[in-house]
Amino acid sequence: MVHAVNSGHPGGSLGCTDYIVSLYFSHMKVNADQWNMDGIGEDLFFLSNGHISPVWYSVLSRRGYFPVSELSTFRKLNTRLQGHPTTHEGLPGVRIASGSLGQGLSVALGAAQAKKLNNDKGLVFTLHGDGELQEGQIWEAAMYAAHHKVDNLISAIDVNGQQIDGPTEKVMSLGNLRAKWEAFGWTVLEMDGNDMDAIDTTFNQAKSMTGQGKPIMILMKTEMGKGVDFMEGTHKWHGVAPNDAELANALSQLEETLGDY
Amino acid sequence: MLEFTIHNNNDTRSGFGEGLHELGKSNPKVVALCADLIGSLKMDAFKKDFPERFFQVGIAEANMMGVAAGLTIGDKIPFTGTFANFSTGRVYDQIRQSIAYSGKNVKICASHAGLTLGEDGATHQILEDIGMMAMLPHMTVINPCDFHQTKAATIALADHHGPAYLRFGRPKVPCFTAPDQKFEIGKAWHIHAGTDVTIIATGHLVWKAVEAARILEAEGISVDLINIHTIKPLDVQAIVTSAAQTGAVVTAEEHQIIGGLGSMVAQALSQHHPCPVEHVGVNDSFGESGTPDQLMQKYGLEKENIIAAAKKAIARKK
Repeated sequence: MVHAVNSGHPGGSLGCTDYIVSLYFSHMKVNADQWNMDGIGEDLFFLSNGHISPVWYSVLSRRGYFPVSELSTFRKLNTRLQGHPTTHEGLPGVRIASGSLGQGLSVALGAAQAKKLNNDKGLVFTLHGDGELQEGQIWEAAMYAAHHKVDNLISAIDVNGQQIDGPTEKVMSLGNLRAKWEAFGWTVLEMDGNDMDAIDTTFNQAKSMTGQGKPIMILMKTEMGKGVDFMEGTHKWHGVAPNDAELANALSQLEETLGDY
Repeated sequence: MLEFTIHNNNDTRSGFGEGLHELGKSNPKVVALCADLIGSLKMDAFKKDFPERFFQVGIAEANMMGVAAGLTIGDKIPFTGTFANFSTGRVYDQIRQSIAYSGKNVKICASHAGLTLGEDGATHQILEDIGMMAMLPHMTVINPCDFHQTKAATIALADHHGPAYLRFGRPKVPCFTAPDQKFEIGKAWHIHAGTDVTIIATGHLVWKAVEAARILEAEGISVDLINIHTIKPLDVQAIVTSAAQTGAVVTAEEHQIIGGLGSMVAQALSQHHPCPVEHVGVNDSFGESGTPDQLMQKYGLEKENIIAAAKKAIARKK
């Protein structure tokens, strides 16, 4: 997808693939073939770091929200698969535009509170980048979630330690994330975001902890570019597309993705 | 003509508060959010009677806009309440991405707009909000003129699907519109028919335009007076029809001339019926501390300014 239009964000997408696959195929209760915006009775997912749209679109299509063949339109004129996710083009599975960072947690909190008003037992999941935590709105939302006891929410942060200008430690240190979220009144779990068994176990644990008066945050250690050796562990593939040779090299390392669309 | 029953002197924000409270009773989908300004926004009654549908967000307006957007997912109709400055400029990107671009049915309700906020000064006296909000695609922008019109507009917004900005204020102003009025979003109110000059006013300037029109009529100048409460979508037909008859137009608003009602009227007329247009509004300036009356005088938003602008526009016809 990213190679075909020579633009997009492969690094973060690869790092979060395990998380999003597990969410949509093992943990979220969704009606992909009966898509509707309100999602009453369903679990909802909000991607706050919208730039990793390639992996989300890939998972949504395979989960049945829209044809896999539509992935070939990514970032092209008149596509429903905009560079950053949007509701504007009516793509099934997307409930809010994201791209400008820091906004998804607030939206998810509203959706979670609407579920409570509707006596809807569905859960709300969110994903955020670690660099995104530098946005102040995240901390407004963090405070609000604990104050209002939004306990039907399971958030996750992609702790890959990278952002556009370099390692988060050099650009703007995030400090002790567990201590910060705990101080804000959240239940904090940690997992290896590139280990399917660990993800499965942690999701089950998190789900068992909902309804107890506290929002839940999963700190998810991942490696940017996971599965493609030359993209791993660097910020350099945040927003850069691979060329022909690099694509061939990458796909040779991930044979199961060949012949997608 | 131009005679009205003054029901009372009341603030437009109280019209919002009453309208919201009525919606609480009539529409279970309506929810309200406030950023630490319940009393200022007159949201007390809604909070008291519908506590489960009221969300205090604290001094965190960006989060409030996002939470409101989220509440629409689940079929709620959120009304957010804070000062106009914190309802627009402070949270422009949140409104743009999470509400406007996402097509969310959020009603952004904004008090203390304009100079009539008074003594707090320019940090709070936003005069750019109409322009900012009108620029967002598909955003409805409403600036009612008195207590009854604000209440009616608030109630009408619940039945209107889509993002909207409702702007009102703090001072007590004459309440002269009908208590049982039907508020039609996007439809101008033709207050008075005349032939020499068109005066188009919005918000607190509508009553001042009525006073100006009375004086002009007494001097033998026939005034076609229009209230544009919905600045977007603009009732272009009403404006063009009037301008075609009078050939001279004045706009009046408690807002920057650039980007507000004046700009939008001039744009419509330049396309459909070019004619002299004079603007009463704040001319590329910030406000300052002072009483509302002092400020309206200093910044040229009084009936005398409307009268002078009308005569200037008429003179330019000849």
